[in-house]
Amino acid sequence: MKSRLNAILDALLPLFATLAALLVGAIMLIILDVNPLVAYGALLNGAFGSSNALAETLVKATPLLLVGLGICIAYRGNVINIGGEGQMIVGAIVATWFGLRYTNMPGWLMITLAMMLGALAGAVWGGIPGVLKAYFNVNEILSTVMMNAIAVQLLNFVLTGPMIDPIQSEKASQIPQTARLEEAYRLPRLVPTRLHLGALIAVGLAILVYFLLWRTTLGYRIRSVGQNKFASRYAGIKVERYIIIALMLSGALAGLAGVTQVYGVNFRMITDGSTSGFTGRAGYNGIVAALFGSLHPIITIPASILFGALLVGANTMQRVTQVPSALITALNGLVVVFVVSSEIWRKKRQQKRLTIAIEDQEFDEFSNEIPGHSVEEAS
Amino acid sequence: MTDLELNSGKKVRIESVTMQGITKRFPGVLANDRVDFDVKASEVHALLGENGAGKSTLMKILYGLYHQDSGEIYINDELVKINSPTDAINLGIGMIHQHFMLVPTLTVTENVALGLPSSRGPLTDLDRVSKRILELADLYGLRIDPNAYIWQLSVGQQQRVEIIKALYRGADLLILDEPTAVLTPQEVDELFGIMRQMVNDGFGLIFISHKLHEVIEISHRVTVLRNGKKVGTRPTSEVDKSELAKWMVGHAIDFITTTDQIQCGEVRLKLENVSCESDRGAKGLKDINLELCSGEILGLAGVSGNGQRDLAEVIVGLRKVSSGKIFLEDEDITGADVDVLIKKMLSYIPEERMRDGMIKDFTVAENLILREHDQPKYSDNGFLKLKSIENHAKELIKLFQIKTPSHKTMAKSLSGGNIQKIVLARELSRKPRTIIAAQPTRGLDIGAAEYVREQLIIQRNNGTAVLLISEDLDEIFALSDRIAVIYEGKIMGILSREDATKEKIGLLMAGVLPAEQA
Ligand SMILES: Nc1ncnc2c1ncn2[C@@H]1O[C@H](COP(=O)(O)OP(=O)(O)OP(=O)(O)O)[C@@H](O)[C@H]1O
Ligand SMILES: [Mg+2]
Repeated sequence: MKSRLNAILDALLPLFATLAALLVGAIMLIILDVNPLVAYGALLNGAFGSSNALAETLVKATPLLLVGLGICIAYRGNVINIGGEGQMIVGAIVATWFGLRYTNMPGWLMITLAMMLGALAGAVWGGIPGVLKAYFNVNEILSTVMMNAIAVQLLNFVLTGPMIDPIQSEKASQIPQTARLEEAYRLPRLVPTRLHLGALIAVGLAILVYFLLWRTTLGYRIRSVGQNKFASRYAGIKVERYIIIALMLSGALAGLAGVTQVYGVNFRMITDGSTSGFTGRAGYNGIVAALFGSLHPIITIPASILFGALLVGANTMQRVTQVPSALITALNGLVVVFVVSSEIWRKKRQQKRLTIAIEDQEFDEFSNEIPGHSVEEAS
Repeated sequence: MTDLELNSGKKVRIESVTMQGITKRFPGVLANDRVDFDVKASEVHALLGENGAGKSTLMKILYGLYHQDSGEIYINDELVKINSPTDAINLGIGMIHQHFMLVPTLTVTENVALGLPSSRGPLTDLDRVSKRILELADLYGLRIDPNAYIWQLSVGQQQRVEIIKALYRGADLLILDEPTAVLTPQEVDELFGIMRQMVNDGFGLIFISHKLHEVIEISHRVTVLRNGKKVGTRPTSEVDKSELAKWMVGHAIDFITTTDQIQCGEVRLKLENVSCESDRGAKGLKDINLELCSGEILGLAGVSGNGQRDLAEVIVGLRKVSSGKIFLEDEDITGADVDVLIKKMLSYIPEERMRDGMIKDFTVAENLILREHDQPKYSDNGFLKLKSIENHAKELIKLFQIKTPSHKTMAKSLSGGNIQKIVLARELSRKPRTIIAAQPTRGLDIGAAEYVREQLIIQRNNGTAVLLISEDLDEIFALSDRIAVIYEGKIMGILSREDATKEKIGLLMAGVLPAEQA
């Protein structure tokens, strides 16, 4: 009974964390002399108040879900992919280049090819840290973050140079953006709003990822490697290979997120020159969405929508209440901090329950702690 | 709050601990069903029962790791509430887990002091701790160097550190959950010496073991649990081994002792001058030559840590040889991958099953296909065949009597012995042609252990080649057709069972060659 209660509590934890963050936000609003009820009313209205608002929320949620799904896979393989931003960028660059380079193709063909290429580019961008981790024991958190930095430089370079919109390059403004894709190449709209097919694809992929993880030998191996490297080797699984695969799949999904931003939302690649100018931080927010969704692909669907709503609604709130935009950033940050720390807390609690549950059974387990073994374990 | 809890600073000495009507339910299992249990100062009370009978659960309740659904605990006839191990420690209860909780990179002294306030406030008092450790060690014959690092210590020594840790924290009731499972026979003797000394000094000890002779040797009273219920408590002097066995299982058990001689078949596994490096702490292998025939059980005796693990890992493809060659069924398999060898029907029961042989957060069913998850039987073009995986699990659960609420239960929530059974069931049931079995009956209750031994003999009679790695000489003598002895990574000699005596084997295990023996 107690354990069921614990499970329910665990599942609802991100929600509580969000509420707690909003509560702290309310205090900040009061200090700024804004009625928090009005502000949060605007937030709700902005996120769900009209069909357009709802569509915006879902548009925002789509890349979060795609990146988040990749995080779910990586997590099961016990790797942490902070590289969503970079993987989105390279995925988008490759797909955009392809769409601009080859004209007059049937739309469905171009969209399919662009998505495949973008996913492939993301997979490569994620696979590099994967190889570094598997064979050279380089911490993937560091390497994926560095890959992000490289991707941003690459982005700024191609959007101001080789791939810049010819119109812009003639003008003095020189906005860093590419030319527009042909109209035929755009992802179809689902309803007469900005909501595009990418959202449906993402939901379909969530189900696919669930299937992959729990119904295929590939998923079995990824989870096995994530849980216990020793037992995986014993099972004849090539541990290094599956570490790389987990990161590649993760990167592929983020790459796809980048493609949907170009083919579904902006129809061109555009940045403001800042590090998240193209991604809008979706590569990071997707991690939060996945944590929000208990790192389960299906639960990550509503979690992404909720987080997307928060992002869209906060913008409306700012417009209505005229609070400084820094407050919106702070509010988002608060949610992230609260959700992430609640997740860490949940894990610790689980760990505790787990150790209690198996303490004396593991008479062999202590050898885990013999140096030499532990080095491997820690990697 | 009771008086006992309040004056935890100056606690009273434990004269008796009484658990009354303890009930504990897990999802799908009644682990303890109105169990009464008591232990007094100056006695060893043994707790016996089959795998999954509820022994560990009862002890974890006493140590505050689990909370009972109903029932009371009294210390010196006073009701106490034990909500956490801290409560238990403050009350004078200590528990030696089989999973030692020591920090390998710290010294013995640092480990003992860990988590305790220093007697010098912000300054460390490690010198005082170290002095006290030596005092305690002296008192109970716990030979230990306070300045040694944990990673340098053997399993038996680490266990001593755990005992010292409990003593240092003022325990006068000690729970020992299967402390002998990982010890060499010599270490068991030493542990028993320590336990006797503690009993003389008024300690109360609770001792869990599946080895009946140990229970008879060391305990004063014995309580048997079966399916979560208490069967009874009796003075140990009134029972003998076979009676205990019957009492525990509910029916008589035949101990397998002899095997009929069988003609050795063709050579199935052959090692030629095999050497390998080892991890720090173990010995590696030096120039091993060994032949294993079909239809025989070759017992490998030796004190643990003399290269047994390396030998097994070299054969199954988990460790690289530095020189030499290995042949399986006349094929050179030196350096072959694990998955290739699995397909050659080579089964491996690793000694450290919790770490190397199963995945705690996988279900029982998932664990039961660990080494065959990509075989056509369980997967079809990369998709898992859930139905046949489930059927396979149900079959093995029944065959090996794995006690679990269902095949979907996470392996980690099974009892210690039942986790072992998952590995054994998987490796023995796949019709192997060659079996490498390291300590196959460790942690199993007597019924399950006999079943596994029987299985090994049946396999051998059907022509399977079995390499049985064991520290238990009784087991080796009961099952083996030939006995090899390993010492410091070298094979000291191979004897047929007729020629072998415990004395001869014992000397070889100590590294004394026959020539020197004369
Ligand atoms: N944390 C847990 N969650 C769910 N079930 C559990 C948990 N711990 C124990 N059980 C169940 O309770 C029963 C008793 O387990 P316990 O560990 O007490 O057995 P045991 O007598 O120590 O057996 P063994 O000799 O195998 O160590 C088992 O059926 C086990 O599956
Ligand atoms: Mg137990």
